[in-house]
Amino acid sequence: MAQPARPRAPKAPKSTTAPKAAPAVAAPAAPLNVEDEATFALRSLQQAHANNKRYEASDAELLHFYEQMVLIRRFEEKAGQLYGLGLIGGFCHLYIGQEAVAVGLQSALNEGHDSVITGYRDHGHMLAYGIDPKVIMAELTGRGAGISRGKGGSMHMFSTEHKFFGGHGIVGAQVSLGAGLAFAHKYRGDGGVCMAYFGDGAANQGQVYETFNMAALWQLPIVFVVENNGYAMGTAVKRGSAETHFHRRGTGFRIPGMDVNGMDVLEVRAAAEVALDYVRAGNGPVLMELNTYRYRGHSMSDPAKYRSREEVQEMRDHHDPIEGAKQDLLRRGVSEEAIKAIDKKIRTVVAEAADFAESSPEPAADELYTDVLVGTY
Amino acid sequence: MGIELKMPALSPTMEEGTLAKWLVKPGDAVKSGDIIAEIETDKATMEFETIDEGVIGALMVAEGTEGVKVGTVIATITSEGETEAQAAPAPAPAVAAPAQVVAVLALAPAAAPAPVTAVPAGTAMNATTVREALRDAMAEEMRADDRVFVMGEEVAEYQGAYKVTQGLLEEFGPQRVIDTPITEYGFAGIGAGAAMGGLRPVIEFMTFNFALQAIDHIINSAAKTNYMSGGQMRCPVVFRGPNGAALRVGAQHSHNFAAWYASVPGLVVIAPYDAADAKGLLKAAIRSEDPVVFLENELVYGRSFVVPQMDDFVLPIGKARTVRSGQHVTIVTYSIGVGLSLEAAETLAAEGIEAEIIDLRTLRPLDKAAVLGSLARTNRMVVVEEGFPVCSIASEIITIAMEEGFDHLDAPVLRVCNEDVPLPYAANLEKLALVDTAQIVAAVKKVCYR
Repeated sequence: MAQPARPRAPKAPKSTTAPKAAPAVAAPAAPLNVEDEATFALRSLQQAHANNKRYEASDAELLHFYEQMVLIRRFEEKAGQLYGLGLIGGFCHLYIGQEAVAVGLQSALNEGHDSVITGYRDHGHMLAYGIDPKVIMAELTGRGAGISRGKGGSMHMFSTEHKFFGGHGIVGAQVSLGAGLAFAHKYRGDGGVCMAYFGDGAANQGQVYETFNMAALWQLPIVFVVENNGYAMGTAVKRGSAETHFHRRGTGFRIPGMDVNGMDVLEVRAAAEVALDYVRAGNGPVLMELNTYRYRGHSMSDPAKYRSREEVQEMRDHHDPIEGAKQDLLRRGVSEEAIKAIDKKIRTVVAEAADFAESSPEPAADELYTDVLVGTY
Repeated sequence: MGIELKMPALSPTMEEGTLAKWLVKPGDAVKSGDIIAEIETDKATMEFETIDEGVIGALMVAEGTEGVKVGTVIATITSEGETEAQAAPAPAPAVAAPAQVVAVLALAPAAAPAPVTAVPAGTAMNATTVREALRDAMAEEMRADDRVFVMGEEVAEYQGAYKVTQGLLEEFGPQRVIDTPITEYGFAGIGAGAAMGGLRPVIEFMTFNFALQAIDHIINSAAKTNYMSGGQMRCPVVFRGPNGAALRVGAQHSHNFAAWYASVPGLVVIAPYDAADAKGLLKAAIRSEDPVVFLENELVYGRSFVVPQMDDFVLPIGKARTVRSGQHVTIVTYSIGVGLSLEAAETLAAEGIEAEIIDLRTLRPLDKAAVLGSLARTNRMVVVEEGFPVCSIASEIITIAMEEGFDHLDAPVLRVCNEDVPLPYAANLEKLALVDTAQIVAAVKKVCYR
């Protein structure tokens, strides 16, 4: 059994619990009441998070988080608009509402060293990892200057430079691929970790549990992140999942779980620190459940009739991660002007990205045949 | 003036729709995320959100209007506090920006072609089983490149279900020779992911029948990533293991999947027959920057062939080999079919028919030139494949002969394949179902009009 690290766990009065002369007759009751080391480890991270719920960001850090979230929001709104104009085709899944998850988690990573992998709703994770909005938007419009030269589209974008590994369209595939990336970190001994995102829908795929087993067995440096936005496409969590508390789903593999408010960037960041300390210490994987909400449909062609307008409005009005961060900034005394300056800057960045994406040429016809194989045989 | 709101496309195929309902009126203040209209497509009624802030100017299309073309201006919004000039995006530096993309793409290192070994005269040739040759190939590549590791069921402590990985654990240790749980989908994904992360995994399937559980990662993850990433992200993984019929193991353990994998762009598919090819091609596969499906054959593992004793014997991917020369007919085959064809050729030679046998060795990319070159010399062709006939490698070879070798054909091309039934267990039925030398001899005689 691995020795569990409890980075911020309270120092429970364990050192004093060594039973001295426990009466033999009392033994049968003990397993039900006394937590052994391993059982405790499975919940210790949640306790550590509860003890220190919100990250103590500097004003500059919080402004940066705010800026990144606004960038994702405005970028996705623009993508939706370009889709509406027919400039983006196929499937396009927007991240609006979930911004605090990618920003909060990835702000705790070592960009360009730690690996990130996700499914098809990938624009936000790329923007949160510092990838140029222009080449993302140009990929959405299917242009040669796109990050995948126009051959991937919304669901298939990658940046080996930033250690962002896609961008995968088969639900759940990124979980085992992510464990492979974590395996590579461990194999090389480079100290890196992999953050593998998947949704509440993907959490029901079989390969996720095959991967949990091997990741725990081999103590791979990976953070599994369930972005629970309430709906697997149109199926509400409770209609598709027997265990709706996704952070508990690792317990069968001795993977500690964390239940996190994904609508508050500072709570997300604080939780990320706990998880990453545990993983970086060589203890193996952590399963984080980030409770979040997507305001838009599953994809652009989803009318989202499976939920009420009031439900969406309630989240927008009372739990919006960007508005929450803004109120935090104002409470700290950051000026309205400073915040507006960020909003304005981001509008310019997004407008430039859209303009670049619209004005760049389509891939040359001979690109059809390139990149099928790397080698020449 | 201000911002024009256009009729949106709300599905991949939408060209027009009905503006079912306006939820705002002129003069209403709106902000990003507000729903301003309901639009009916052929599939559903969708909500239309604004992403701009301002005041609704005019509604240009009345609610209830049908057949509104995508792109039609349906309303305007006047921004508050911003002049037109401020709202307009700054022109993008269209010429400068693409350079950034090029810089990112250029990071991927150029593929180093695997050096191909010429066997010098006088090289010692040692009898080696296919099993040993495969093991030697892995061991040599693991010694040469510490990114190479082997993963699969029973590959380490058990020494391989078919003893192909015998001795590797002892030499390379448990960090590089890794036993997995019985979980093909999961470890195929971990292998593909490790390749994306810069390693050189050799993933063993106990048989390719079990790889069906993992085929998603072979096809969707490994084969397509390089293309989908515009050449930026590679997946240099080798998936290897026995494929095709063994001996009386029933339908679920006896399937040749060569044609399945060979149909997928983005994969390299290799199916060697003898020990030298097994060694030289597996070494090339491990060095390849591309994902490789390496199809072995359980019945051939124990057969001995000569292998050149050289420090680094590597063979070219994508090149067929003429294993027997002859002028009367060409037999195109691969894997265990090569052995059967050689036997048939002996029988035929006794009757005065000299068959040329082409071992494809690589099934994708296919060496069409070798097939067509031999056809041009013999003008007659039979394809031999231990596998189902329908949509097979044989089908593909015949297509190539029709499309590109028709003028050289003196007779229709025939194929000799397994029967088109799941492989039965009973000894007599299994024998009836599998391709054999007598069928090959008969087919050759038929195309030779003998």
